[in-house]
Amino acid sequence: MSNTHAVRNFTPRRVVLLLGLLLTALTFSTLGAGAAHADEINTDQYDYVLSGNVQFDGEPIEDVLISVEGSGYEAEVVTDADGKWRIGVPEKETYSVALDEDTLPKGVVVAKGGAEIDAEFGLTKVKSVNFFLGEGERSTVSFFDQFVNRFVNGLNFGLLLALAAIGMSLIFGTTGLSNFAHAEMITFGALATLTLSVTMGLPIWVAIIIAILLSGVFGFGLDAAVWKPLRKKGVGLIPLMIVSIGLSLALRYVFQLFYGGGTSQLPGSGMADLKFGPIALSPIDMWSMGISVLVLLAVAFFLLRTRIGKATRAVSDNPSLASASGIDVDGVIRIVWIVGGALAGLSGILWAYFRPGVSWDMGFQILLLVFAATTLGGLGTAFGALVGSIIVGLFVELSTLWLPSDLKYVGALVVLILVLLLRPQGILGRKERIG
Amino acid sequence: MIDWGAIFSNAAVELISPTTAAYALAALGLAVHFGYTGLLNFGQAGFMALGAYGYAISTLTFGFPVWASVLVGIGASVVFALILGIPTLRLRADYLAIVTIAAAEIVRLLFTTNTFQPVTGSANGLSGYKGGFADLNPIPPGTYGFGPFEYNAYDWWLRIVAWTVVILACLFTWQIMRSPWGRVIKGIREDEDAVRALGKNVYAYKMQSLILGGVFGTIAGMIFVLPRAVVPSNYQTSLTFFVYAILLLGGAATILGPVIGSMIFWVLLSFFSGFIARAVEAGWLPFMTSIQAGQLRFILVGVAIMLIVIYRPQGIFGNKKELAFVK
Repeated sequence: MSNTHAVRNFTPRRVVLLLGLLLTALTFSTLGAGAAHADEINTDQYDYVLSGNVQFDGEPIEDVLISVEGSGYEAEVVTDADGKWRIGVPEKETYSVALDEDTLPKGVVVAKGGAEIDAEFGLTKVKSVNFFLGEGERSTVSFFDQFVNRFVNGLNFGLLLALAAIGMSLIFGTTGLSNFAHAEMITFGALATLTLSVTMGLPIWVAIIIAILLSGVFGFGLDAAVWKPLRKKGVGLIPLMIVSIGLSLALRYVFQLFYGGGTSQLPGSGMADLKFGPIALSPIDMWSMGISVLVLLAVAFFLLRTRIGKATRAVSDNPSLASASGIDVDGVIRIVWIVGGALAGLSGILWAYFRPGVSWDMGFQILLLVFAATTLGGLGTAFGALVGSIIVGLFVELSTLWLPSDLKYVGALVVLILVLLLRPQGILGRKERIG
Repeated sequence: MIDWGAIFSNAAVELISPTTAAYALAALGLAVHFGYTGLLNFGQAGFMALGAYGYAISTLTFGFPVWASVLVGIGASVVFALILGIPTLRLRADYLAIVTIAAAEIVRLLFTTNTFQPVTGSANGLSGYKGGFADLNPIPPGTYGFGPFEYNAYDWWLRIVAWTVVILACLFTWQIMRSPWGRVIKGIREDEDAVRALGKNVYAYKMQSLILGGVFGTIAGMIFVLPRAVVPSNYQTSLTFFVYAILLLGGAATILGPVIGSMIFWVLLSFFSGFIARAVEAGWLPFMTSIQAGQLRFILVGVAIMLIVIYRPQGIFGNKKELAFVK
């Protein structure tokens, strides 16, 4: 996700160049650019080479930043005086090659095909990738519009984090477990959807519903197979947490064993964005936010109004007292695991559309953000997790206005540490919880 | 047919490899944090990254000599420990774990970002910083050793330095844990409030422990990068988990546990992956590709962590009375 949502206009019809705050954002994004003055990178190290020639009207253009990303590999290079560049890549895979338009001279833009091209190797080990440059101005979106757009995106991200975070928080509240394997419960939902829809050819909505049910079963299974016996054995909370780390590691690589290290797409991802004033959202994004809000309302209703929900909160507060008042603590914990699993699965499906892509470690990528969200809100408080998630989601997305996008998680993690410094029990947590 | 000789010798090599030494030292640092003080530090990867980058950047960017580069790395980790400790050491164990993981990830992301590419090498990392260390080598050039343990002068020099550091760190930890300071530290693990009631400044002791273990981690980070290059993706959270696996295997509140644990861990891992890879080649496991065989080891580590914690929480050398897992 880049800072500038560049819209290319060839006839300078709507050339809006708003300076000021936007310039700051641009400067930050180009900070990393002017750095590497080498036109070749990793070509000695790897067998496969992507190469190209950046020219405009027959004249080579120097110092244009080209970056390659794909199959877990990233590299970037700056064109030399002849406009040439070469990047070595490790495997014969598809890579996305991007040209940073900010580094082009004034008045030159990428004319057709876009500034990002997917390059696939043919029979040879060298693949040439060329961009078609043309005359024109880029009209950039104003800072305010960017802000609004990022804000909505952040809200979307925060809502999907909240689904996972509430489940984690409920589990923590009722069992005291900081569940690192929650990441794999997130991944499970997305992988199940992938198998059901792409491999088995079910319609996507059926696949999603079945995947959420399966995620619930998965949560139940984890509790029945691992956590319940350990609770019965009386294993302490810190050992339990370390067990969850081991479980997370093992499950993650089991997923990789079966699904491989690549990224696949769910049907319907990459739908075109619709414009609502400054806000660009795809129908999937709108569905995602709608579903998240509905499900979160349902969870809130469940916790506040239903018998089992009230029992859950009672167990969260004081398991012994709850047990003494005739609440079936084990039953409540079982339901919490099922609900937590289903919520994590749904969150994984939405995360697969948000990223976009399904991969074996996708849950682990946001695990820390989910932890940050639950901790921010106060460990074990379900509504705190919601508030924390929204804050984390907004921070991650809004920070890309100022920070380079590869640092966007740093902002959220720094906020986590700062909040704990000022309010160790979290935003909605109670003071006694810090102990 | 399977070449058992190659599998065994590859596994034996791990016994004294610098990587084993580095993990042993990092695990010893965690033993100080977790085993003796009861601090659930999940940011050891961050300390290791600071050591690796501190050494490499001061050598490459500033042209410092070896001793100065080492001091820069250690200084960076002391500062990191202070920044990390001030907000977190008052928190409960599970909060501390999450915050330390977050801090280590921040360190890794800052080293990975393109923004500082000229200094950190971004995702490609750094290399070419070994000259100063190799120049200190007193061993005349040539190949020495026997059987699988045959190395050139640089490799021997590296192994000797690495294991000397590990042994010194072990002796130091052993002595300091027998001292009054060590008794207070262990007291904090058992009952923080009781120690506080005796008039000790628990916060200061925890901070000293965090710095000591962090410095061990930092030096481990330097040893870790001397036989290879600095690559930011090595410092992911999984690195911390691996070090924890070693620590738990050996025994959390022991001196030799981390060292022997690291040896067992790497020898077994090398043996296991060598065996699986060759079994796949030989067609014994027709349902598996060689890439999949490489992933089995991680599954094994994960399952091993679970089993050790459940069935032998004190590790191989640990004493059941001295458990860091207070409920």
